[in-house]
Amino acid sequence: MIKVKVENLKKSFGKLEVLKDINMEVKEGEVVCLIGPSGSGKSTFLRCLNKLEEPTGGVVIVDDHDLTSKDADINKIRENIGMVFQQFNLFPHLTVLNNITLAPMDRKSMSKEDAEEKARQLLDTVGLLEKANEYPSSLSGGQQQRVAIARALAMEPDIMLFDEPTSALDPEMVGEVLEVMKRLAAEGMTMVVVTHEMGFAREVADRVVFMDGGYIVEQGTPQELFGNPQNERTQNFLNKVL
Amino acid sequence: MGETQMFTTAIAGVMQQVGAFALSAEPTKEPSAIVEFFQYAISICPRLFEGLKLTLAMAVCALALGIVVGLISCLFSISRFKILNKIAGGYLSIIRGTPLMVQATFIYFGLSAVLNMSIPSFVASVIVLMLNSGAYLSEIFRSGISAINKGQMEAARSLGLPHGVAMRKIILPQAFRIVIPSVTNQFIITLKDTSILSVIGVSEMMKQSQQIIANNYRAFETYAVVAIWYYVLVVILTHLFQLLERRLATK
Repeated sequence: MIKVKVENLKKSFGKLEVLKDINMEVKEGEVVCLIGPSGSGKSTFLRCLNKLEEPTGGVVIVDDHDLTSKDADINKIRENIGMVFQQFNLFPHLTVLNNITLAPMDRKSMSKEDAEEKARQLLDTVGLLEKANEYPSSLSGGQQQRVAIARALAMEPDIMLFDEPTSALDPEMVGEVLEVMKRLAAEGMTMVVVTHEMGFAREVADRVVFMDGGYIVEQGTPQELFGNPQNERTQNFLNKVL
Repeated sequence: MGETQMFTTAIAGVMQQVGAFALSAEPTKEPSAIVEFFQYAISICPRLFEGLKLTLAMAVCALALGIVVGLISCLFSISRFKILNKIAGGYLSIIRGTPLMVQATFIYFGLSAVLNMSIPSFVASVIVLMLNSGAYLSEIFRSGISAINKGQMEAARSLGLPHGVAMRKIILPQAFRIVIPSVTNQFIITLKDTSILSVIGVSEMMKQSQQIIANNYRAFETYAVVAIWYYVLVVILTHLFQLLERRLATK
């Protein structure tokens, strides 16, 4: 089943054309990693998938809902699309537990008890149950990012978007976050991940997409793309990062 | 020429008063000027206290309402709708571009004449101070909101929260903490601005002192005493607000 379908997606910021013509599909349970040089439009593309950026042209269909249509209930659609940010973006004035319970209580009218019960389960799966009543500022970067993942999962999304989730982390904390993501992938979550972690892409991705200059230049299985890149730009990029 | 003369006469008057103080400060059987000053200061306490009650009442009412007006104006100014931006912009521009005394007399004398009804001076004062502090608070709130990282709004929206809910539960509580020092500062300014409302006859501290002077012609001592009252009031409030800020900061 197709979870995400993108056709002729274009996005400009003023005169700067960031996405020129993107076409892509993501199947249910698939893990897609987006790689490419900075400025290639990976993050903008990802942000178009939950309309944090409004596409200038083209169609984005997620779970059979056309995000670009005028009568799309974007809030309802977003409940189904979890997002994890480079800078974590936890709510600093709320405890870890309340960061996680806020959206389910407000949007799904969950009772406080049910929401907290669910939040504790999620915290347990990311290994941070003992931090439930702390504030985000007292957590390390890796811990904050794991809470952010738990927060996104609390809405029970079918799709998770990751925008360079480990780029702001100290090297020794990258592993713990990738570990959580690997488990999520193994459980069958549909994931689109913008990443610079080639090791992660190679190990976990079903498909790797190389973007450059606002286009998808090449895509394939990790073996194909890392082992035998066809396009010259892909080869150049991989030579630099591997 | 005439002005300079008046000015020198005034200075001379003050010098005389001070001189009288200095002379009588020498030990005599008469009470010294200092003692006499304190006696006078105490004697006018009851009337100034009456004034103080109104001064504080005006400032508190004006700020409480000003916060509401300021918040609405702030939300207008950051709204997606151009027309609301314009309304907020016009309001800010008018309030900032005209003196408080003109606003006060316009509402109290001007409006009541046109509407052919008498607005009680206390009500008129609170309205003027509310509109005035509301404009400045609007800008304070706006800067507080724009100080919040835009990732906060994005994170909230990505969870499916509508804009209004994200604003109420995520952005405003964080902005609130940032703006507390500026809001308390605005309260002090509003408190001192109440003295201008003596022109429309509210019997606040300034008006009380003017009435005292009208009876006894003791302008120097009376204004000195009222200045001290304002000063002590502001110092006490500043310390109270600092305590409050520290409380909220540790939370």
